Amino acid sequence: MGNERINETRRNFLRKSAVLAGTLFVSSVTKPFTAMLFAANEPDKSGKWYAIGIDIEKCIGCGNCAKACKLENDVPKDPFYYRSWVEQYTIKNDGTVSVVSPNGGIDGFTQTIPDEEIFKTFFVPKMCNHCYKSPCVQVCPVGATFESPEGVVLVDKEYCIGCRYCIQACPYGCRFLNPDTETADKCTFCYHRLKKGLKPACFEVCPTGARIYGDLHDKNDKIHQFLKEHNTQVLKPNLNTGSKLFYNGLSSEVR
Amino acid sequence: MPPQLKTLLPLLAVFICLFLAARHFLIPESFGKYGHYRANSLDEIAALPTHYVGKEVCAECHDAEAVMLESDLHKGLTCEVCHGPGSIHVEDQEKGILVKPGTREFCGTCHSLNAARRTEVIHQIDIKTHNIERANCIDCHNPHAVWEMKE
Amino acid sequence: MEHLYEILKHVDGYIYPNELELQWGILIVLYPFITGLVAGAFILASLERVFKVKVLRPTYHLALLTALAFLIVAGLPLVSHLGHPFRSYEILTTPQGGSAMAIFGFVYLWYLMVVLLLEIWFDYRHDLVLWSNEAKGIKRRIYKMLTLGVTDISPKALAWDEKLGYIITVIGIPSAFLLHGYVGFIFGSIKANPWWSTVMMPVIFLLSAMVSGIALVMFLYMVISWIRKVKIDMACLDEIGKFLFMVLILDFTLESLDQVHRIYEAEESFEILHLLVTGKLTYTLLIFQGLMGTIIPLLTLGFLRIYLPKEKLRTPIYFLTSCLVLFGVFCMRWNVVIGGQLFSKSFLGFTSFKLGMVGLEGFWMALVWMIMPFLILSFILWLVPPWKKHAEKEVG
Repeated sequence: MGNERINETRRNFLRKSAVLAGTLFVSSVTKPFTAMLFAANEPDKSGKWYAIGIDIEKCIGCGNCAKACKLENDVPKDPFYYRSWVEQYTIKNDGTVSVVSPNGGIDGFTQTIPDEEIFKTFFVPKMCNHCYKSPCVQVCPVGATFESPEGVVLVDKEYCIGCRYCIQACPYGCRFLNPDTETADKCTFCYHRLKKGLKPACFEVCPTGARIYGDLHDKNDKIHQFLKEHNTQVLKPNLNTGSKLFYNGLSSEVR
Repeated sequence: MPPQLKTLLPLLAVFICLFLAARHFLIPESFGKYGHYRANSLDEIAALPTHYVGKEVCAECHDAEAVMLESDLHKGLTCEVCHGPGSIHVEDQEKGILVKPGTREFCGTCHSLNAARRTEVIHQIDIKTHNIERANCIDCHNPHAVWEMKE
Repeated sequence: MEHLYEILKHVDGYIYPNELELQWGILIVLYPFITGLVAGAFILASLERVFKVKVLRPTYHLALLTALAFLIVAGLPLVSHLGHPFRSYEILTTPQGGSAMAIFGFVYLWYLMVVLLLEIWFDYRHDLVLWSNEAKGIKRRIYKMLTLGVTDISPKALAWDEKLGYIITVIGIPSAFLLHGYVGFIFGSIKANPWWSTVMMPVIFLLSAMVSGIALVMFLYMVISWIRKVKIDMACLDEIGKFLFMVLILDFTLESLDQVHRIYEAEESFEILHLLVTGKLTYTLLIFQGLMGTIIPLLTLGFLRIYLPKEKLRTPIYFLTSCLVLFGVFCMRWNVVIGGQLFSKSFLGFTSFKLGMVGLEGFWMALVWMIMPFLILSFILWLVPPWKKHAEKEVG
């Protein structure tokens, strides 16, 4: 009889602890999950949503954008780390395509192929596309890279573990591992400047206005004019990255 | 209940509790506010220092050059494209000495002949042969008013 | 940094400026290799337990303990490769649900604790109790701890050991598939990289894992029998050889299918990948992985299906074959991980990779990681030798 009472008490205790543990477990598990559901929603229509427009016909390959980017953001000077760079495509009369980007275009370009052999040649500035279906954000195991509410893809260098998965996942080659912080690094759209109402460095210094950026949520923003007036294309559209970098004049050879 | 489970199941429960407790302490406070990331990093990134200050700031002191620039073909340029980022110079003119470039090589980064440049977008010259008796472009051209030739 | 300037001189064609340095090196080649050995060894062991392939009994315990020794080491090259290894706990506290890599912490823990450790514990508990009474000194203390205080060795309790161990093994098979399959998915789900991005990747990884695990058990069984100076059970070895042959055929078929499909569809990335295989990967893919690691073992094992030479000849044949297979699977991991990073995502050029000797990502460190499981296995075999287990009774 006494045993039964002890068993009853033990059963109650077990039941109560199970309920407590269960609740703790469920609430701790769902906390980040609700945040995940948030991220799956449409971007908040009230805030800004940045996009970029680059006009290849206006780019003169001066390299000021790539140079200013490194200076503004304290990017390591070695020729292996670029948040933004410029490529030169030269298509010869025989059809061969040659692409160069000496030091990311920072020191300018020298054309080695003689003019008479050139069929077509142009410059292509590159930077992070700030994709809204970003494969780099998708693969981060810990949530160190993310899309900000304004549509800027950023890296939290205090949280990044440096696994380099995001660098593998970016189809455009925009990411690198910063040797000083040992974390993933990339164009931040000069988020620190945007927040102060300043233009990102590369847009600030472009001498021909080949680079523009704007707020897709603002109907009067010049980015809409750019998208309307030009036949725009994104890089690697078949990968469905939701790239927000729209090029005008993107020739079929560009990768 | 078999004796093995009588020991193993409580052990499992303890382990799970320890894990949940650790999670509570290890997950940063602002994590999850806007999405699966640390919301505080937005502020941390926004607080990074800026190095380029912009034309309006330069014009506050260098109004003469700014006015001159507006009158001529280089008016679309910011000062810092040629002179470099100005944030240190604004704070301390001794520490932040800016370059005053004007060599053929420097001006050539925009203006040298290159088949990839459209002539309607940028005026191009052959920096190897153009007025070769003068060493630098700014020997003749005022960089802030390029068609105003010197002497 | 100097080595990067060196690599700059060996760039072929055009690569995106950030692609010069390979992100994942020898350590990331090692990780799938080691977890593959774990999954493969475990599946071989479960063949005996669940599918009742009795002739494999002599290698059952060895396979399990091998899996454990390798799993203990598996995560170490991975964590040491991170930019911030001390932040690695974040994978457990805030795993990002969309990332295949986020599963790593949980799958690893699940497999280590619930599958491997528990199965071994259920299998050895009876012996641990008996050994804790027989042994002296520190060994006695260790055995006592390992029993977790469950010292009931009545027939009813032993029957529970058998039953629970069986359940764990059954759960363990899909868990082994998950442990290595997710690694394949980590590569297979990267749409940016056409050398990795294929539906077949998890399947290929899993099958080559099974191949490597089986080969490892074959290799270790022979080596340990030789060290212990005991006779090898040839029926067991022949059976392992048979399974190795069958899984190798399946692995080879599916890997070839993947390549044939790629060649046939010849989509945008085909030209650069063709250059990759016939250029930078000629030795490691066509000769090491293909010829030495797959074709020669297939022909050899296939021949043994038709005609069985004397034991004296078969033993070195199995030994050599298992070595070749292990080497071939290692090269397969190399070709996937390193190969996938040698060509530019612009599809217009190649970078270069040179394995350094020193440093955390160097050859010597990789060798340390590979030798460590064998040292751990030696310790485990000293602590809980399968051949000193008390005579088993057929229970239940």
